[in-house]
Parts: sequence; C-alpha cells; structure tokens
Amino acid sequence: MNAPPSPRSATHRSSRATARVGPLIATHDPALVLDVDALLDDRSRAIIVCCGSGGVGKTTTSASLALRAAERGRKVVVLTIDPARRLAQSMGIEALDNTPRPVPGVDPAAGGSLDAMMLDMKRTFDEVVQSQASPEKARQILDNPFYIAVSSSFAGTQEYMAMEKLGQLDQDARASGRWDLIVVDTPPSRSALDFLDAPERLSSFLDGRFMKLLLVPARGPARLMTAGFGMVTNAITKIIGAQVLQDMKAFVAAFDTLFGGFRQRAQRTFELLQDRRTAFLVIAAPEPDALREAAYFVERLREESMPLAGLVVNRASSAADGSLSSHAAMTGVEKLRSAGQGDGLAVGLLRLHADRLVVVEREKRLTRRFATSHPDVPTAVLPALSTDVHDLDGLRRIGDLLGAQMGHSSDQQGA
Amino acid sequence: MSAQHNESPSPGQPHFPGVQLHIVTGKGGTGKTTVAAALALALASRGKTVLLCEVEGRQGIAQLFDVPPLPYEERLIARGPAGSGDAYALAIDAESALLEYLDMYYRLGRAGKALDRFGVVEFATTIAPGVRDVLLTGKVYEAANRNRRNKGARHYDAIVMDAPPTGRIAQFLNVNNELAGLAKVGPIKSQADTVTTLLRSPRTAIHLVTVLEEMPVQETGDGIAELRGGGLPVGGVVVNMVRPQDLDADERKHLLEDDVDRGELVHRLEQAGVPTDELLVEALVEEGRHHAERRRLEDSQRELVEMLDAPSYELPRLPGGVDMAGLYELAEALAQGGLA
Repeated sequence: MNAPPSPRSATHRSSRATARVGPLIATHDPALVLDVDALLDDRSRAIIVCCGSGGVGKTTTSASLALRAAERGRKVVVLTIDPARRLAQSMGIEALDNTPRPVPGVDPAAGGSLDAMMLDMKRTFDEVVQSQASPEKARQILDNPFYIAVSSSFAGTQEYMAMEKLGQLDQDARASGRWDLIVVDTPPSRSALDFLDAPERLSSFLDGRFMKLLLVPARGPARLMTAGFGMVTNAITKIIGAQVLQDMKAFVAAFDTLFGGFRQRAQRTFELLQDRRTAFLVIAAPEPDALREAAYFVERLREESMPLAGLVVNRASSAADGSLSSHAAMTGVEKLRSAGQGDGLAVGLLRLHADRLVVVEREKRLTRRFATSHPDVPTAVLPALSTDVHDLDGLRRIGDLLGAQMGHSSDQQGA
Repeated sequence: MSAQHNESPSPGQPHFPGVQLHIVTGKGGTGKTTVAAALALALASRGKTVLLCEVEGRQGIAQLFDVPPLPYEERLIARGPAGSGDAYALAIDAESALLEYLDMYYRLGRAGKALDRFGVVEFATTIAPGVRDVLLTGKVYEAANRNRRNKGARHYDAIVMDAPPTGRIAQFLNVNNELAGLAKVGPIKSQADTVTTLLRSPRTAIHLVTVLEEMPVQETGDGIAELRGGGLPVGGVVVNMVRPQDLDADERKHLLEDDVDRGELVHRLEQAGVPTDELLVEALVEEGRHHAERRRLEDSQRELVEMLDAPSYELPRLPGGVDMAGLYELAEALAQGGLA
C-alpha cells in the first residue's frame, strides 16, 4: 500500500545512518581543551560561526563570546537569530530592523566595542532582490504571491538569509573598518546542518530544472514539449491548481535574470565559510541527541574543508570533588533510614549527591564518547549555572567560564 | 513496570478520552520525542492500538527504541502485555507521502516517476511553501481515517505525532494559512481543508513539552497563544525533567541563607557512616545550595506554567538517561497523571 521511498530520501537517510569512521585506538585522556581566549584574540579570525541543534544555548554562547571579545579589545558585531526577550532587551536589540546597534554597558577599556543585531529574514530577502533588479522589476517580484510565500516561509529561507547577512556584514566590515570580528548565531534548525545546505538548496531551486521547465512556454516552442512534459504540467495543475502555476510562472519570468546573481552570492558565502578567516564553533549539550548532531556537524565541516575551532558543551552537571561515591551515599541514606532518620537535611543532601553523580557520570560518558571518535576537536565544557542568563553580567560570567577552560580539567565544580 | 496485567489497579481517569490524534511539540532540548514515545506507550497500556509517528526525518524514535532507522512503513515497536494494545512507529517523509498520495488519488504510476525526473517532487516537498506540511499532516490524516475507506489496513485507536518544535508548530499545523494566497483552489487546497478540519476538531489535542526554565516556559506560553489564536485545540503541558524533590522548603531556605546547622549535619552524617571531613561537608552543602537555587527558579517557572490555562503533567528527570525502562516509567507517570 505504501509507496517505496524515493531514491532521494533513501540516500538522505542512509547517509545519516552509516557507521562513522573513527580512530582505531581509543584515547583515555580525551579532548584537547579549547582555548577560547586565544581564538578571540586571534586577529586573523574575522568570523566566528556558532552552530548546533536547537535548545543547546547557541544564542547565549554567541552573545557571551561576542561580549568577551569586545571587552578584550575586538570591534565586534554579533548577529543573533532569535534571542530570548529579556536578553534582547538587555542588549538593546528589541527592534527587529536589521541594523546593528551598539550594546549599552560594554566595558571599552581595552579599546573594543560591541554592536548587535537581530536578523529580519523577509527584509533581508527583499533587500537582496532590490539590490539585484531594477526598481520596476523588484516591485513585480516583491508583490508576487509566490515570492511572498517563499520569502516568509520557505523552510530554508532563514538559514539562507543568515548567511546572506553574514556576507553583507563582512563586506561592510572590510570596507568601513567598523568591525574586526563578526559572531554569528545560526537559526534553530531541525538539524545543525540545515544552514550549510540552505543556500545551495535555494539557489539550485531558483536555477533548477523545474524552474527552467516553467519558463519554457515563455520562450516559445521548445523541444521539451514532450508527452512527459505534458503529463507533468497536467499533474502539477491537478495537485496545486492552475492559479499557483500561474503565479509561479510570473515569478520565474521576473526572477529569471536574477538567477545568476543568487547563485553567485550563495557561492561566495560558501567560500567565505571555507576561508581561514572563519572559525566554526559547534555548540552542544551533554545529551545524546545534541552530541550526535554535533558529531554530524564536525564531520560535515571536515568534508567541506570548513575551519572548525572546537566544541562547546554547555550546561554540564558537576558534582563536588571528593571521595564519596554514589553507592556510599545511598548506603548512608539506608543506614539513616533504618535508624529512623529517614528524612532531614543529611538524607536529602546524600540522595542529591548520589543523583548528581549518576548524572555527571552519564554526561561524562557521552562527552567522552564524542571525544573518542573525534580526538582532535578541542573542547570546552561549561558547568550549568543555577540561574538563567538575561543580562550582560550573566553573559560575562559565561565568558569567564569559557575563558577559564585552560588550566582546568573539564569537570570542575562550577562556581 | 509494564508487566502489570489487565486487572491492574486502574490509574487516573484519562483527561482526553475523545482524542484520537495527540500532537506533541516542545522547544528543542526539552525531550519532545521522549514524551511522545512515552505517551504512545501509555496509550497502548490503556488497550489502544497506537501509531507513533515522526515528521522531521530525525529518526528520533529509532534512536530512542534502539532499532534500525524506520522506513516509510508502519513497524511494530512495542507489544503491550496481554489484553492491551500494541504500538507501531512510522517515519513520515514528504517525498514518500507525495508519491503515495499521487498513487492513491490519481493512479499516477508513470507520471509520478516523471515528476521526480523533472524535479517536481523535490520542488513540491522542499520549496513550495506549505505543500510539505500538507503532505506530512495529510499522511497522519490518512492514518487517522483509515478504517473508513480502506478495509484491509490497520486501524489505530490513537495516533501520537512527534511534531516540529514549538517555534514552528502553529505554522506547521495552520496548513491552510500557509497555502492561502498561494493555492486558492485545487486538490492540494481541498486536502489542506480536510486536514484542517481534523486538526481543529475535538479529536485532536496538541500537547506542549517544556522544562522549568525561563525560555522554554515563555515559548510554551507564546505557542499556546498562537495555537489558540489559530483555532487549534491545546491539550496539556508536559513539564519534563523535573529535578528530584529531596529537600523540603525549610531545608532549602537554610541552604539559600547559608545558615545550615553544621553540627547537626555532621552528627547525622556520622550516623550514616559517611566521612565527615570539612571539605566533604562543605561540598555537600554547596551542592545543596546549587540545587536550592535551581528549585527556586523551577518554582517560579511552575507558577507561570500553572497560569497557562492548560492541565500540566510533571515527569521526573531520569538521572541515568532515557532507556527502555525509563521510558516505561515515564509512560506510567503520564497514565497516572491522566494525559493518556
């Protein structure tokens, strides 16, 4: 009853399901420690891209890195995608206007500065169209229902526009000297890989076979007018209706001259990401899903020869250093219980300690597994804070933790 | 945990008895897939035949149940004890759904293949706005209505969908709006209308998973408002990964104010046979303080969750991670709480 999966989806699936190639010998002292300050101080790095799956703290990490870099003397602009409201407020970027603005409260003593902006996806897309087409043609495109739908809801638009904006900021930075470091947060994609694929996907669509097909009637009689083509237009009309096909044709006709430009821009962005001026930081949480995504991402970056600076594992649990094992703590709890002291602070603290150790052990196992299969990826492990971050002080605290990685083992008790 | 037989003491009354389609969403990292799977198991333990499906191509269900990647085909993943139902799983992808749809309604055997060759399948499933979502929800609709049109196929009493995250859920389910201004007529439009009718009916409930942290709770509130604004039925809020409740309010207060009676604590620890050097005692107190701070934050977020005007269900954080035993534990908690 069910149709077999199409070949495309089959390859997609198998590419994610294949066994990973790892080293033959497991190292026991795993990750290299990520030297965040050296990265931020390296003037040859002009772009830091923070990527990772949703919910791992990408936005907070990128804001913390940007603030730390600024207070160490860099002239920084941070591009955020969807910050928490209070964080956005404290950074002064509530207005979604695509314009970088100075963040109030940054310490200028080291000669640096920090600007921040929030991405407006639709406006960025509109601006690209306007920069590529004559005013009249641009109007035609911007008013087309199909364009409106694509620019505001196409699954890859946000990713594409984030990369487009990065390209613009980079050009601006180089021309004006206003910034010497751009920190980019990436959209909360289904998968961390989406934003790498989005530009290619969008440009290949705009330049694809299907679009060419739509243009055929506009270009007079063509050899493509075969039985196959008739069947296809017929099927499309059946599925999506003649009106949509009409809108699409109008869109494609107007967009035709812009194809080359779009493709070029996507290509340029891709090259920018491969450039040594760029550094990728993969962000994860000590959970199986997030670390799996991180692993895919690391491998993908390698395949594309994109420069990976390291992995940041956020929100790691920590337990007190010491000799009291989880088992010993629970034995103590049992003893108190049989002595009729089943509740009280001592029992609570011992149970909590045992529980914590189990969590810490599991997280370490997960992080170690990543390190074993990727021994050459420098890693920073950040302890979970006991409060949420929504102001510059909070960001500074995270920055300090990021900077304090060197010389500490990765499982220190958080302050 | 699942080994109880049908005569087991009846857990709490289900709060959503008339619901056939349970849609589970949540912010990234809150454990949405885990909750969807636990809900499917809980419904199966109530004697229902359940389909658990995912729509994002993440293969999260396969990872959770530790089975090979799921194909576009319903697979048995958990058999309930005698007298209860079974749980099946399905990974829905838009390409397969489109080809199946074309085959079912238009008998487009050869043309379907031609569509693929001309890049139409790719276009329709990745680029055409909204079409992808109509296909994904359309497949769920087909499974929900199967008994009516297709006699040979398996009938499901309940379907649990591991849906896209909270930030995108309203857009995903408002398939009609997405198409509006685009497809005003035509089969894809009427397909969207039919799906929308199911999604807005009392047969559907959308549950939101959160953890007791500021951003996820805020997103949950925003999501609920957005869903309700779109006429979509909000079910429950599942509060996941709740920290252990070992310390009472008084003890936490002492920890936060740093006036713990050290003498008493050392005395008890000695009774427990635990070493009582100062370093360890201070470390335990420090851990306790950290926990108390987190609990204070959780409590303030819990108050916000309670104001959301939707029933809430709490699930404990499993220190060892989610394995099969843990999944059954969570399923049990959901059944007891009444979500299933």
